[in-house]
Amino acid sequence: MKKTKWIVPTVYIIFLMLPIYWLLNMSFKTTTEIINTYTLWPQEFTLENYKTIFTDSTWYTGYLNSIYYVVMNTVISVAAALPAAYAFSRYKFLGDKHLFFWLLTNRMAPPAVFALPFFQFYSSVNLFDTHVAVALSHCLFNIPLAVWILEGFMSAVPKELDETAYVDGYSFWRFFFKIFIPTITAGIGITMFFCFMFSWVELLLAKTLTAVAAKPIAATMTRTASTSGYELGLLAAAGSLTIIPGAIVIYFVRNYIAKGFALGRV
Amino acid sequence: MNKTINQKAWFFVIPVFVLVAFNAIIPLMTVVNYAFQETFGNNVFMWEGTRWFKQIMLSERFHASLGRQFLFTFIILFIQIPLGIAIALTMPKEGIGVPVCLVLMSMPLLIPWNVVGAMWNIFALPDIGFLGHSLNALGFDYNFTQQIGDAWFTTILMDVWHWTSLVVLLSYAGLQSIQPAYYQAAEIDGASRWAVFTKIELPKMKKVLTIAILLRFMDSFMIYTEPFVLTGGGPGNATAFLSIDLVKMALGQFDLGPAAAMSLIYFFIVLLVCWVFYTLMMRNEGNQ
Repeated sequence: MKKTKWIVPTVYIIFLMLPIYWLLNMSFKTTTEIINTYTLWPQEFTLENYKTIFTDSTWYTGYLNSIYYVVMNTVISVAAALPAAYAFSRYKFLGDKHLFFWLLTNRMAPPAVFALPFFQFYSSVNLFDTHVAVALSHCLFNIPLAVWILEGFMSAVPKELDETAYVDGYSFWRFFFKIFIPTITAGIGITMFFCFMFSWVELLLAKTLTAVAAKPIAATMTRTASTSGYELGLLAAAGSLTIIPGAIVIYFVRNYIAKGFALGRV
Repeated sequence: MNKTINQKAWFFVIPVFVLVAFNAIIPLMTVVNYAFQETFGNNVFMWEGTRWFKQIMLSERFHASLGRQFLFTFIILFIQIPLGIAIALTMPKEGIGVPVCLVLMSMPLLIPWNVVGAMWNIFALPDIGFLGHSLNALGFDYNFTQQIGDAWFTTILMDVWHWTSLVVLLSYAGLQSIQPAYYQAAEIDGASRWAVFTKIELPKMKKVLTIAILLRFMDSFMIYTEPFVLTGGGPGNATAFLSIDLVKMALGQFDLGPAAAMSLIYFFIVLLVCWVFYTLMMRNEGNQ
């Protein structure tokens, strides 16, 4: 049993990598090769598809737009969630349990329910087609998630830490920034990872709230797919590039993933 | 943890409250508005009472998409939860294998959902996709754009590919938190592998598994982008899950009244199930 144990994760990882490999494979092929032949690796290796994406501004601005609103959303979510999570983990106050559950209900709300009202609402406050609109709309599910995860991490920090700091003459804010935040760095890292992840992968709201100026890369892809026939090579190259930001983020939190999952709630 | 009563804590919660309320309450009120009224544009509304709700509750289209949604959610939970636990149990516990597994397994979680759909579309196409081509070469008559069974098979396989890692990561975290002393004690007692699993590992994973089931239920219940890109809800309406059907109704046909009523019913179902889970989870936490 012990010797054969590695087979299960290995087979699983191969299963995970196959579609990704296929996408990469397609992205290095010419359109004629994709349509006319079935090949397991590119026969005529080409970088033409990637070249198009990096030189055509309708493509590369999509990436910049996405990264812009995702970072904005991550910063807003974590900044707002930090004090709130502290309050939930340390104090009892009127309506705390109900508030906590109400926050979670927004994580549970299907984005499809909100698509139309969001469109009307953000248009009426003149925020339609801006990065801020997407960043704010993603707060709907990211803030509850951030509060939830951070609360888990903060509750794991013993309350004696706070009390000792106050006895030593720290003011609340000085304690919060100098002592408390550094002790939960791992938790903040994990939270940022999840906020980044859910904002990066969400498309329905991002697509509904943008037209030209703030259009995310994912929406550029769907529109290209539907308008200019099926340029599979280009689509595959664009898709492959969307994997990179995620891979970078995973690399940074790799040491925290398992540890962080165990400490926090998610 | 003993919490002190402090009403001033509300000040800490205000930014979160304002931001979420801005996003949740105002748009939700718009939905409620549409759900009870009929409009012909120009901000002219007529009171309709519960007509839209009755219409939706009685419509076969809604029953069908709700049925498909529950079937899909149960199938993927039934596959992903045991599979995720099995993989977490067999994963290396230390050494270089740990980060390699974690990083590679997290990959699908960070790919934008429409890219997941597009990727599986390319992967499963019967003529040029690896999966489609291989299945046909093996003698199966596979075409996910034409045959209902194949469309379901592909959608489920895609979801298993996309989300099983989340269950793996959560279960793995649960397993990591078990002290080695438990295993040593089990060894001394001569416990079987199965006994170790049911008596030590499973109870310790209870909390993370509840979260995993909760998250997977919520997210699979609102799945939209991946099947939309993969199959477009087709062939026919075979894979039109609730969200796809709703968006079709609201933004495609602009049937605002019925769509709003459907939104509220939809939201209510998700809330109800999640409330049950949440209560169970909080009760468990209280016991520990």
